[in-house]
Amino acid sequence: MFDYETLKLLWWGIIGFLFIGFAITDGMDMGVGGLLPFVAKEDVERRVVINTVGAHWDGNQVWFITAAASLFAAWPMVYSAAFSGFYFAMMLTLFCLMLRPLAFDYRSKIASSAWRANWDKALFVGSMVPPLVFGIAFGNLLQGVAFSFDTLMRVSYSGSFLALFNPFSLLCGVVSVAMVLMHGTTWLVMRTDANVARRASNIGSVVSLILPLCFITAGLIVWQSVDGYVITSAIDTMAQAQPTIKTVAVVAGAWLNNFTNNPYLWFIPATSIVMSLFVFVMMRLNVKSGLKSELCKVMAFIASSLSSAGVILTAGVSMFPFVMPSSSRPNHSLTMWDTVASETTLSLMLIAVVVFIPIIIGYTLWCYRKMWRTVTIAEIEQNSHSAY
Amino acid sequence: MINETLVELSRWQFAITALFHFLFVPLTIGMTWILFIMEAVFVMTGREIYRDMTKFWGKLFGINFAIGVATGLTMEFEFGTNWSYYSHYVGDVFGAPLAIEGLMAFFLESTFVGMFFLGWDRLSRKQHLIGTFLMAIGTNFSALWILIANGWMQNPVGSEFNYVTMRMELVSFAEIIFNPVAQVKFIHTVAAGYVAGSMFVLSISSYYLLKGRDVAFAKRSFSVAAGFGVAAILSVILLGDESGYEVGEVQRVKLAAIEAEYHTEPAPAAFTVVGFPDDEAMETHYAVKIPYALGIIATRSLTEEVIGLRDLQKLHEPRIRNGMVAYDYLIKLRNGEETPENIAGFNQTKQDLGYGLLLKRYTDNVVDATEAQIQAAVKDSTPPVAPVFWAFRMMVASGMIMLVLFVLAFYFNARREIEHKRWLLWAILCALPLPWVAIETGWFVAEFGRQPWAISEVLPTFLATSDLAVSDVVFSLVAFVIVYTVLFIIEMWLMIRFAKMGPSALHTGRYHFEQTPPNDVGLRQRSV
Repeated sequence: MFDYETLKLLWWGIIGFLFIGFAITDGMDMGVGGLLPFVAKEDVERRVVINTVGAHWDGNQVWFITAAASLFAAWPMVYSAAFSGFYFAMMLTLFCLMLRPLAFDYRSKIASSAWRANWDKALFVGSMVPPLVFGIAFGNLLQGVAFSFDTLMRVSYSGSFLALFNPFSLLCGVVSVAMVLMHGTTWLVMRTDANVARRASNIGSVVSLILPLCFITAGLIVWQSVDGYVITSAIDTMAQAQPTIKTVAVVAGAWLNNFTNNPYLWFIPATSIVMSLFVFVMMRLNVKSGLKSELCKVMAFIASSLSSAGVILTAGVSMFPFVMPSSSRPNHSLTMWDTVASETTLSLMLIAVVVFIPIIIGYTLWCYRKMWRTVTIAEIEQNSHSAY
Repeated sequence: MINETLVELSRWQFAITALFHFLFVPLTIGMTWILFIMEAVFVMTGREIYRDMTKFWGKLFGINFAIGVATGLTMEFEFGTNWSYYSHYVGDVFGAPLAIEGLMAFFLESTFVGMFFLGWDRLSRKQHLIGTFLMAIGTNFSALWILIANGWMQNPVGSEFNYVTMRMELVSFAEIIFNPVAQVKFIHTVAAGYVAGSMFVLSISSYYLLKGRDVAFAKRSFSVAAGFGVAAILSVILLGDESGYEVGEVQRVKLAAIEAEYHTEPAPAAFTVVGFPDDEAMETHYAVKIPYALGIIATRSLTEEVIGLRDLQKLHEPRIRNGMVAYDYLIKLRNGEETPENIAGFNQTKQDLGYGLLLKRYTDNVVDATEAQIQAAVKDSTPPVAPVFWAFRMMVASGMIMLVLFVLAFYFNARREIEHKRWLLWAILCALPLPWVAIETGWFVAEFGRQPWAISEVLPTFLATSDLAVSDVVFSLVAFVIVYTVLFIIEMWLMIRFAKMGPSALHTGRYHFEQTPPNDVGLRQRSV
């Protein structure tokens, strides 16, 4: 079908696509969960907020599950090195993610206010900690992770949990949280009205300025003080996966090489920045129009999706072809050329992706369309026993 | 060297989290079809009570589903976090069914589960019914792909070891899909899920009938569960896992362990009903046997032998020695000595590499293993018999009791006498835990019986772990135990509360507690 080199490139794109899908869908309802304490003051308002994503959070979450499973299948070494290396971070994320399904489903089943308040906290934590950790993890990927392989390709991690938290990685965590919060506000503005929508608009206007600010700052830090990685040996793009035989140099500012060599790539971070500023403008216009401009609302959501995609792609492109550089043993860094699954597996999985992704997008959109409406306080009060 | 404590803790953590997750999955698998049947009757007849049934049992299903999703995430993480060498070693093969499960099944299930709960007013009746069907199909496909992955661990077909990448690689995906072990495993496991779903509805309906509450609702629910349950329990028993035990060396070992058969008996072998397996002496004491039964059950023939553990271990010894040779070649190849002789030598011996790796527990170099170490590895090559033996018998006993109950329930229900058979209703109510006993012990037999292997004959479990500190896993294990206990208490509390309330939980105004609202329940405590 395709040669191994093309398959490797396609899979870099597919993994990126799945993570962007995760950010746009699950990122949206994580943002909604994170906004819950700020946009909704009363119980019924909180139920309005939750019910905007009530029917969709579970399907959205599968983007994450599929992205991780695809990592397992297509880049098994990245999956094994990243998940075991970031052990505590992953466990923390996992425990937080576990809170979400329960919070969504159990919260409104009991009318006690203490019960509901606790699940609201659980939903907030479960929605905010994972993006924070993912952002911090990305920050660490950019700085390199302390791992190496032995002769039998057993990976060992020599960094500490606390070392994951440094100013740069925390900034990346803020970028990630701001991204999902902005996205959550654009969703709530589309699907709610009155006070909830107004508060979401106001928060959205602030966050859509914080995001580009932090994103640009992170970019400047990468340029000035984060060491990049460069492959110095010849790359055989058709070779089998052997991540330990190349040589890699650590070079200051090298993460910008791809942009310097291909200036048109600047389009990606630029899109991200422009799109978040565009979200700001749309949010303001929407408030001015008395929350009535459907066009502004939809444009804000699309712009926010593009901005999220831009943030993720920027990180991916600046590191390309690296996926997980090793700070302790640079030669053992994982790149998209040498950490991949076999040609047979990549071909097979490509077929699965090409067949199923359009079907998934199709029925997902159908469900969103069917459930599309402005969720109002009146609606929740009417369906108090069947709504979330 | 291998850190035995780390291995033990990692295994405990995986076992606890998987067993816990597996408390909820089978009920989801079974309930989706029961809900579909109820809703289909509603759509065809237009009778409201069937919509109420779908919604009420759907509520209980939802309480179970949420915790199933939450604990399922753990499984997704744990291969990478705690079994990273496993992930590297077999990710090329094992990852594919998991990813396809996400794409083909889990997306479908999870997208339409939202429609099931919240789409009643937004979809037409037919659309909603189709959504419920897609949710059920998605759930079952999900089980299919997970069991294809698990079947490959039991009987790793369609793949080959590649010394360049130091891992198993996919050769034929068709072989992996049509792996006979995976096929019987799928049917056995989903049917067990249908049994769990049926018993759940049957028992709780019995409770309402015993209380004389919402009788029309309970009788209809009882009928659906009794019919579906009889079909399900017969499938589980008749299409039991045994037929898959003919294929693959490790499955044969497992079968011998299940039967505590240390000595090979002439065909057809007798079935040991009870006895006391003794791994030291390699004898089963005080065995009570049924002549011929095992041979017929296990091999479906009168002439084929079921090989005993002593003989199986004898077969493993030369493979371990051969595995040492394979390991020697592998190390040479990994160190760059890729001469044609080394490659040819490795290819001739690599089918036994896994057996050689069993020695890693005793000596890191494998090739310098002493005679005593080789004998120890031979001993290791079969699992401890007693736990597998007893777990299997608990599973079968639970299954047999359920078979009797389902047949009686079906019979008296068909004769419309069920309301008056209070002893049977009580028995069914008390039998509610049985599907879970059978399912958990069955899972234990399948996975513990696979030991010492993570991937049969390919990768020993003790090699498959991540390179973590013992304290890391102690920490996460304690966290899992605490968090899962809390979640379990919450889930059970909600489940019991809603099950006791019955269809009144729907607030339609048509059911028991809504006719004469009890005075002692204040508005604040009343559930919605």
